[in-house]
Amino acid sequence: MSHLILFLIFAALCVGGAINLLVQRHPINSALSLVLVTGSLALIYLLLGAEFVAAIQIIIYAGAVMVLFIFVIMLLNAGAEEETKGSRVAILLGVPGLILGLSTATWVLATRYPGPGSVIIGQLHGTAPGMGRLLFRDFLLPFEVTSVLILIAIMGAVVLARRGSD
Amino acid sequence: MLREASLLLGMHDSMNVGMFLLVAIIKIAITVGVLLTIVAYSVWLERKVVGHMQNRWGPTRVGPFGLLQPLADGIKFILKEDLTPPYVNRTLFILAPMLALVMALTSIALVPIGPNITVGSVTTPIQITGVETANNQPADIGIGLLIILGVTSLGVYGIALAGWSSNSKYSLLGALRASAQMISYEVALGLSLVGVLMVSGSFSLRTIVERQLGSPWHWNIFNGGWQIVAFFIYLMAAFAETNRIPFDLAEAETELVAGYHTEYSSMKFAMFFMAEYANMVTVACLASVMFLGGWSGPVFGPPILQSLLPILWFLARVFCFIFLYIWVRDTLPRFRYDQLMGFGWKFLLPLSIANILVTGLIVALRA
Amino acid sequence: MVPISYYLVLSAILFACGVAGFLIKRNIITIFMSIELMLNAVNLTFVTFAAQWQALSGYIFVFFVMVVAAAEAAVGFAIIIAVFRTRETLNVDRVNLLKL
Repeated sequence: MSHLILFLIFAALCVGGAINLLVQRHPINSALSLVLVTGSLALIYLLLGAEFVAAIQIIIYAGAVMVLFIFVIMLLNAGAEEETKGSRVAILLGVPGLILGLSTATWVLATRYPGPGSVIIGQLHGTAPGMGRLLFRDFLLPFEVTSVLILIAIMGAVVLARRGSD
Repeated sequence: MLREASLLLGMHDSMNVGMFLLVAIIKIAITVGVLLTIVAYSVWLERKVVGHMQNRWGPTRVGPFGLLQPLADGIKFILKEDLTPPYVNRTLFILAPMLALVMALTSIALVPIGPNITVGSVTTPIQITGVETANNQPADIGIGLLIILGVTSLGVYGIALAGWSSNSKYSLLGALRASAQMISYEVALGLSLVGVLMVSGSFSLRTIVERQLGSPWHWNIFNGGWQIVAFFIYLMAAFAETNRIPFDLAEAETELVAGYHTEYSSMKFAMFFMAEYANMVTVACLASVMFLGGWSGPVFGPPILQSLLPILWFLARVFCFIFLYIWVRDTLPRFRYDQLMGFGWKFLLPLSIANILVTGLIVALRA
Repeated sequence: MVPISYYLVLSAILFACGVAGFLIKRNIITIFMSIELMLNAVNLTFVTFAAQWQALSGYIFVFFVMVVAAAEAAVGFAIIIAVFRTRETLNVDRVNLLKL
């Protein structure tokens, strides 16, 4: 029962943040809504028993990637979006279409996965030692490849963002 | 439903829910009260020590030895006019100091201050998130260190949003510089702690301390793990994380008026101020836990003294760190910004990675 | 107990919001944020199934998705900054010099 209430609170925060991201016109407000979404998702991961994933979601997503977003928004300082005329056809077709699509998806998901899921409260399954073992034994090659990927990303970012010294 | 929520918070199945919640609330109240008092009196200590180092007295008039100076400062802050400049982004302007202070105060919930304490019939570890398991062992959150790192990285938002919402050139520049500095040194901070994690084998802070109990030889900077280099990297990264001299370019009076808190006054400024000192205390607590053996020290006497002496040893270590912070503040000039970033990325980061390599060798040789 | 489908529906809603943001918005940074929202929704699905079947490899995949998202964010922002320097705008409709 409390599990359901906690899930509903965090899910409401997530959906509220996501809708706020769409509705807000200045990118900084959208960025802060996305921080809220990532934070609530970390708490939902905790409800599912993945404590390590919740911690790295906070550290990486909410604490580094989103700080980078906010940094770039503050640096570029381009201001709020301009108003454009909404297309009436798009709203007439789009909103019902979206509701129809989401209802279909919900009905399919609810009928195909009916069982109670997740974990007993307090039983945390995704612990760090287990993940470490998997990461360094079964998934060692993807791990090393991601280190190369990050190196390439760093070099690419430095080269692309450098002021051309002509 | 309350029972399920308490189970989520770590209560063991056979405990009484009401007692668990009461104990938790009492621990939180005492810890936050002590933390805020330490924050207030570290300001007093700073002014006295800096004064004596500069061959003057520091505050002496308010109370004996100026001991009531923090009280006077608090009253001053409350009574000042809380001015909100007209062109600021109001929501973010009010949110930023709250974020900074909340993140600074949250980390103390995970720090273990002592072993079990027994009051009447209740036994509980001296740690807000610590619980007593079925076989009378104190237990902790399995990922305590990761949560502290996460909360530290969230603390950047307070500064970034303060600078942005103030709608002023100096604030924005100071905030950008301070945020860039903080996220750069977070990397070195985290990596310097990886050595301790490799040696201890757990993210739980209580386990890390319990491995270091015994004599000072067992601390992590000595025979426990030979983490001396990591300790110094941690110290320097912590100075940069808390924006203290020699890394305080982002809020220096001679550089950027006052950096990201230029436009703040009264209680909001006091919140930034308290957040800075609370961050110092958190970093000091973390350094004592990870490197200097937590609460280890001679324990003797009647049971009530045996419960309280570990707290005393822990606070002694925290006091030494705060004194070190103040000492360095008065001794060193501040880094220029490019020197600061170069130091973090080109020196501390490779050094911390080298430390991880050497620690791996040590762990492999010991096993 | 919360049925698994609740988590999956939440993930679907977040993904739909991400797609909607990607299609509607014109500020390039907001479009980028919608992409991150989609990645987060997918992460939630992975974690949900990993929790249901107690398979730790689901969490490993989440780890890799986060790493790739971070790397992509770094490179994407470098591109955005480069575009901003030359075109002085963050509106994707204005970056249309190659249009016929």
